[in-house]
Amino acid sequence: MAEVLVYVDHVDGAVRKPTLELLTLARRIGEPVAVALGAGAEATAAVLAEHGAVKVLTADAPEFSDYLVVPKVDALQAAYAAVSPAAVLFPSSAENKEIGARLAVRIGSGIITDATDLEAGDEGPVATQAAFAASFSVKSRVSKGTPVITVKPNSAPVEAAPAAGAVEALAVTFGALATGTKVTSRTPRESTGRPELTEAAIVVSGGRGVNGAENFHIIEALADSLGAAVGASRAAVDAGWYPHSNQVGQTGKSVSPQLYIASGISGAIQHRAGMQTSKTIVAINKDAEAPIFDLVDYGVVGDLFAVVPQLTDEIKARKG
Amino acid sequence: MSLRIVVCVKYVPDATGDRQFTEDLTVNRDDVDGLLSELDEYAVEQALQIADEADDAEITVLTVGPEDAKDALRKALSMGADKAIHVEDDDLHGSDVMATSLVLAKAIEKAGYDLVITGMASTDGTMGVLPAILAERLGVPQVTLLSEVKVEDGVVTGRRDGDSASEQLEASLPALVSVTDQSGEARYPSFKGIMAAKKKPVESWDLEELEIESDEVGLEGSWTAVDSATQRPARTAGTIVKDEGEGGKSLAEFLAGQKFI
Ligand SMILES: Cc1cc2nc3c(=O)[nH]c(=O)nc-3n(C[C@H](O)[C@H](O)[C@H](O)COP(=O)(O)OP(=O)(O)OC[C@H]3O[C@@H](n4cnc5c(N)ncnc54)[C@H](O)[C@@H]3O)c2cc1C
Ligand SMILES: Cc1cc2nc3c(=O)[nH]c(=O)nc-3n(C[C@H](O)[C@H](O)[C@H](O)COP(=O)(O)OP(=O)(O)OC[C@H]3O[C@@H](n4cnc5c(N)ncnc54)[C@H](O)[C@@H]3O)c2cc1C
Repeated sequence: MAEVLVYVDHVDGAVRKPTLELLTLARRIGEPVAVALGAGAEATAAVLAEHGAVKVLTADAPEFSDYLVVPKVDALQAAYAAVSPAAVLFPSSAENKEIGARLAVRIGSGIITDATDLEAGDEGPVATQAAFAASFSVKSRVSKGTPVITVKPNSAPVEAAPAAGAVEALAVTFGALATGTKVTSRTPRESTGRPELTEAAIVVSGGRGVNGAENFHIIEALADSLGAAVGASRAAVDAGWYPHSNQVGQTGKSVSPQLYIASGISGAIQHRAGMQTSKTIVAINKDAEAPIFDLVDYGVVGDLFAVVPQLTDEIKARKG
Repeated sequence: MSLRIVVCVKYVPDATGDRQFTEDLTVNRDDVDGLLSELDEYAVEQALQIADEADDAEITVLTVGPEDAKDALRKALSMGADKAIHVEDDDLHGSDVMATSLVLAKAIEKAGYDLVITGMASTDGTMGVLPAILAERLGVPQVTLLSEVKVEDGVVTGRRDGDSASEQLEASLPALVSVTDQSGEARYPSFKGIMAAKKKPVESWDLEELEIESDEVGLEGSWTAVDSATQRPARTAGTIVKDEGEGGKSLAEFLAGQKFI
């Protein structure tokens, strides 16, 4: 069976959920060979094997963290040369898309970004993409070279499928471009203890209607009652009420959770672009005409300052 | 020495219009107004600010697109760019990101540059990968997704706010930069700017001029193929209730019914 390279997103050896989802999709088109780079790469092997990786190629070098993107492209190119895979898959994120895109140019292949599904086809893997703020569903293929495809989080279930997962060291030679962009400092984002926005099963978002940073605790309390991540509209972010890293939408994070709850958000096209593929959508807005209500499975026309705390209390009461 | 800045700008269908695909599965550009991608306004803005700080700088805006794409160039010129290049050729219709980036790279090389600036993503394709591909093709450092950017003494520095960390980056020119919508509000063209833009030069180049064969671009020359595009059915109308004191409880009831609680 053909081998498929799967790029591993991990933090010091802790594999992030979208990579495990990607292994589920990879198994539909071949045998997953995982590529894990940087500190803790070898520590990823056990969980990758549990989810179907037949092999785990690992490499670590200071270049991976000291310089932007290109050293990782060099490593993937080495993995590509070693394996001759039928496809190369990446979990979609800003950096992973850049790595995949540069690899694609180097190996003379087309690229598809932000797929929401992947299937084996007669002429290679067929990807589903959501276009125009998810108003269209597009099926596409890479027609030249080895398909390079990035897949959005929450596009497949995580499934156990034990495989060998033998660790092999990957030899990487860095090219002249590898040290072009130096990372002169790095400030890690502080953890809130809440789930990662793009990976969360439930996202609770607040918009301009929340009316002030000091009121966001209402949104956070609802999120915590559900074990959810917190999102925000650009209006709320631009006003400085919530960090940009929590923005949902075209220029923020794109989320696709089981449940999305929007409070005080009108539902502008750019916001919809980042949440319209959510399975169940719920909104609380005092304006019955707000466009967000066109999307909802359940909507409450009302003041969020009354509805949200009542909802939070009710959830806590039901959960006991 | 003059600092030569090339800004790549895309002409896109208005996101608030009813965007559709045509029969050949490319973007329907006839039934929705086109405009300069709003995210590329941020790229033009940063170019103007960098030029202001430089002793001597020249800003060229570049687009690959159909006839109407001149509108996007005019907008950028009226914001303050100095000149424009429009790559236009019937054979470009249906180009994917690899074909588009090939054309942009050749045009940028022909124009001459020290710094290339792009937006973070287009508002139609929204791939967000063209800048990285362009850097690879040009063989220059990529300094992408910057929310802050500065150019001094032949060095570009900037801040990149990533998923897990905020990074400070540094590279020597020539380099490619992409900027996010956090980089600073784009200015509105002034009346004077709009009048001045009418007199600024817009060059038109075709594939022959760039020594690109027609089978390297367009639907034929692309490295990806679209098999189908189907409009998603509008979401079926949900239940909407008016809060009369029990709105939160009714919502909880709904969530419990859906097994979220
Ligand atoms: C290029 C570009 C990219 C963009 N990218 C993004 C993006 O990534 N994400 C994004 O979100 N936006 C984005 N935007 C902005 C977008 O167009 C909207 O301006 C934004 O989404 C509006 O945010 P909002 O819904 O919170 O605010 P508003 O549109 O002002 O809506 C506030 C809503 O809150 C309701 N409300 C007010 N008070 C209450 C109350 N007490 N109780 C209940 N409801 C109340 C109001 O009825 C209203 O519907 C982008 C715009 C552009 C041009
Ligand atoms: C819905 C949709 C889905 C698509 N999916 C794919 C796909 O999966 N694979 C693929 O290969 N192609 C795809 N395409 C085609 C692709 O979007 C275009 O070829 C495009 O020009 C490059 O990608 P982008 O606009 O998404 O670029 P992005 O990477 O999102 O754009 C970043 C920046 O590049 C610059 N730029 C982009 N295009 C131009 C231009 N024509 N002229 C000047 N500057 C430009 C701008 O500065 C822009 O801000 C898709 C197009 C659409 C409409």
